[in-house]
Amino acid sequence: MTLDWQRILELSRKESVQLLRDVRTRMLIFVAPVIQLLMFGYAVRTDIANTALYVVDRDRTAESRELVDAFLTTGYFTLVGASDRPGDLVGALDAGRAVVGLEIPADFTRAVQSAQPAAVQLLVDGAQSNTATVAQGYAALIVGAYARTHAPGGGVPGGLDLRVRAWFNPTLESRAYNVPGVIALLILLMCLTLTSLAVVREREFGTLDQLMVTPLQPREFLLGKTLPVALVAVVDLAIITLLAVTWFGIPFRAPFLVMVPASLLYILTGIALGLLISTLAQTQQEAFMTMFLFLLPSIILSGFFYPITSMPVVFQWLTLANPVRHYLTVVRAAFLRGEGLAGLWMDVAALGVIGVAMMATALWRLRRAAGSA
Amino acid sequence: MTFRRLWAVARKEATQLRRDPRSLALAFALPATLLVLFGYAISLDVRNIDLAVWDQSRSEASRRLVSSFTSSGYFRVVEHLEASADVTTALERGRALLVLTIPPEFEQRLARGDRVPVQILLDGSDANTATIARNYAQAIAGRFASRTGLLLEPRIRIWYNETLDSRNMIVPGLIAVIMSMIAAMLTALTIAREWERGTMEQLAATPVRRSEVVLGKLLPYVGIGVLDVIAAVAAGRLVFDVPLRGSMVLLAALSLIFLVAALSWGIFVSAALKSQLLATQAALLTTYLPALLLSGFIFSIAAMPLVLRLITLAVPARYFVTITRGIFLKDVGLAVLWPETLALVAFAVVAAGLALRSFRKQLA
Repeated sequence: MTLDWQRILELSRKESVQLLRDVRTRMLIFVAPVIQLLMFGYAVRTDIANTALYVVDRDRTAESRELVDAFLTTGYFTLVGASDRPGDLVGALDAGRAVVGLEIPADFTRAVQSAQPAAVQLLVDGAQSNTATVAQGYAALIVGAYARTHAPGGGVPGGLDLRVRAWFNPTLESRAYNVPGVIALLILLMCLTLTSLAVVREREFGTLDQLMVTPLQPREFLLGKTLPVALVAVVDLAIITLLAVTWFGIPFRAPFLVMVPASLLYILTGIALGLLISTLAQTQQEAFMTMFLFLLPSIILSGFFYPITSMPVVFQWLTLANPVRHYLTVVRAAFLRGEGLAGLWMDVAALGVIGVAMMATALWRLRRAAGSA
Repeated sequence: MTFRRLWAVARKEATQLRRDPRSLALAFALPATLLVLFGYAISLDVRNIDLAVWDQSRSEASRRLVSSFTSSGYFRVVEHLEASADVTTALERGRALLVLTIPPEFEQRLARGDRVPVQILLDGSDANTATIARNYAQAIAGRFASRTGLLLEPRIRIWYNETLDSRNMIVPGLIAVIMSMIAAMLTALTIAREWERGTMEQLAATPVRRSEVVLGKLLPYVGIGVLDVIAAVAAGRLVFDVPLRGSMVLLAALSLIFLVAALSWGIFVSAALKSQLLATQAALLTTYLPALLLSGFIFSIAAMPLVLRLITLAVPARYFVTITRGIFLKDVGLAVLWPETLALVAFAVVAAGLALRSFRKQLA
């Protein structure tokens, strides 16, 4: 049985008109991803900056102010308040106005100058555990550096001179690592939302039955639904990739030989998943909720937020079936390291397998629906 | 507004919900999925970072430095290296995330009072983990150095979440995310569906008023939302052992306000867009994603640029995350949380007002 391309194109044309005739839908398709990339590109970062610091300085000398300045000049901390009563610090931590509290004792300067042991107290709000972990490390370093330079006799020699160097990403720029993740997420969202309602809507409106009595085959029906969305997704991907490179300055070292097939397969997979959901659901509401049921694990188990190698083994296996995981591997490797097809063919192949399997299942479901209708 | 008509709309909506058992099941399956994924699959604490050591000194002092890495719990030694070529392969093959190189005569130079260079090489390709590993390493080395002859000592105390267990941070925040998601999914389609199916005209022809329709549609979903909150709080407390230190009553009251705000927003989106396709997209973009990424749930708001920090002020989930963390972990009450509470009330009023207004235009 051969495909009738004229019929497919006819359906695609109808779908495109339906998709693009409404100005609000056009905005959602082409403007929303740009805004989202800008917002989430800035939001998703794990290094800390401007952590709220509250200071209780009971010494109030040039030396204690210098220690506070040492905190502020790093850029990791921002002063949100100062007081000489410890009670105010507790209030600031309780209310979440401050994340780190620095308490300098009254005998601070005397102790430092006369080589007496002294302690500065650091209170850290552990409710934001990731910020707290990073912040306490920085705080300990800053106090240590201060102590070394201010010890009597012009600084203590000795100690460790820690030299840290990061390979593959020397500045440890997390944006270069996270923005590709945002791109993968946005493209998946676009494919899913545009297709997961596609079949069930026709069913709710009763137009599915009308289509079933035309000579249109189920395969042609799926292809006709797929093509316009795929086109939209490709355009969106091009727009936001361009934006990532020009606005965020993410290095694009990717060879097209890898990016193009991986992206096309990823889009195909997203659309196939959407269509599959659509054939499973009875109502649009149900389709929307089922979409979420797939969307949540595919984001969380993709390595976007959290490295896959640190997950429990069972979840690591599950990620193998997750197209986002494979695409993310490709995109990150291609963006950051400029890796070629040789190192990434397995992920590209996995995308192909998952995509074809899902499309086949969607087709099977649609055939059944058509048969019973 | 009569209670009888309001009740009739609510009953009709509830019946419709009941007849769609699959959607109803999903309304409970989704929060459960999120809890399992966030509770079990990921924890943001980075532990057992793979560390390779090239110890050229092999002395008591160098072993002490290495053991201060391993005893912290953040690192585990996976390999002892013998030559500089091993360093490269360990990183390139991905066998270690971090290589610690201790120079020869480490102990002697330390005793002499030299500043001894210690090198740390990191695999930066996962920038998130690498940054955290780097900070741990710096903190450990800093503490090691400060024990050797410095008098000023930083005493660090962690409050509210003493073990820095990320689950204690995630689960309270997750409740806000779950509620945003449920609210968006449940109500975003209700009115758009009536328009698409043509039943809105029928509804308009009845004496039922718009406030009765909006409230009546809201009620059954508030019921589901409340059940979801209870389930999520119970799971957090019983399954994940997150301490609930504050007032349960306050948590319930503020959750209700947040729920009304989020559900009303869904109704507004639904009534304003009149299309289920558009309403789903808009609900997703205006509630779920901001709740996940712009609420401070995982990513620190303070670290965002100014424009984005201003945008987060318009994200209700941001306030609710502060509230749930405050009540769960900090045992604070309204005396501290009143600004967030006021913000939630304002959101609820505005969203309900918008829902009513957008509805009027259509019925006219």
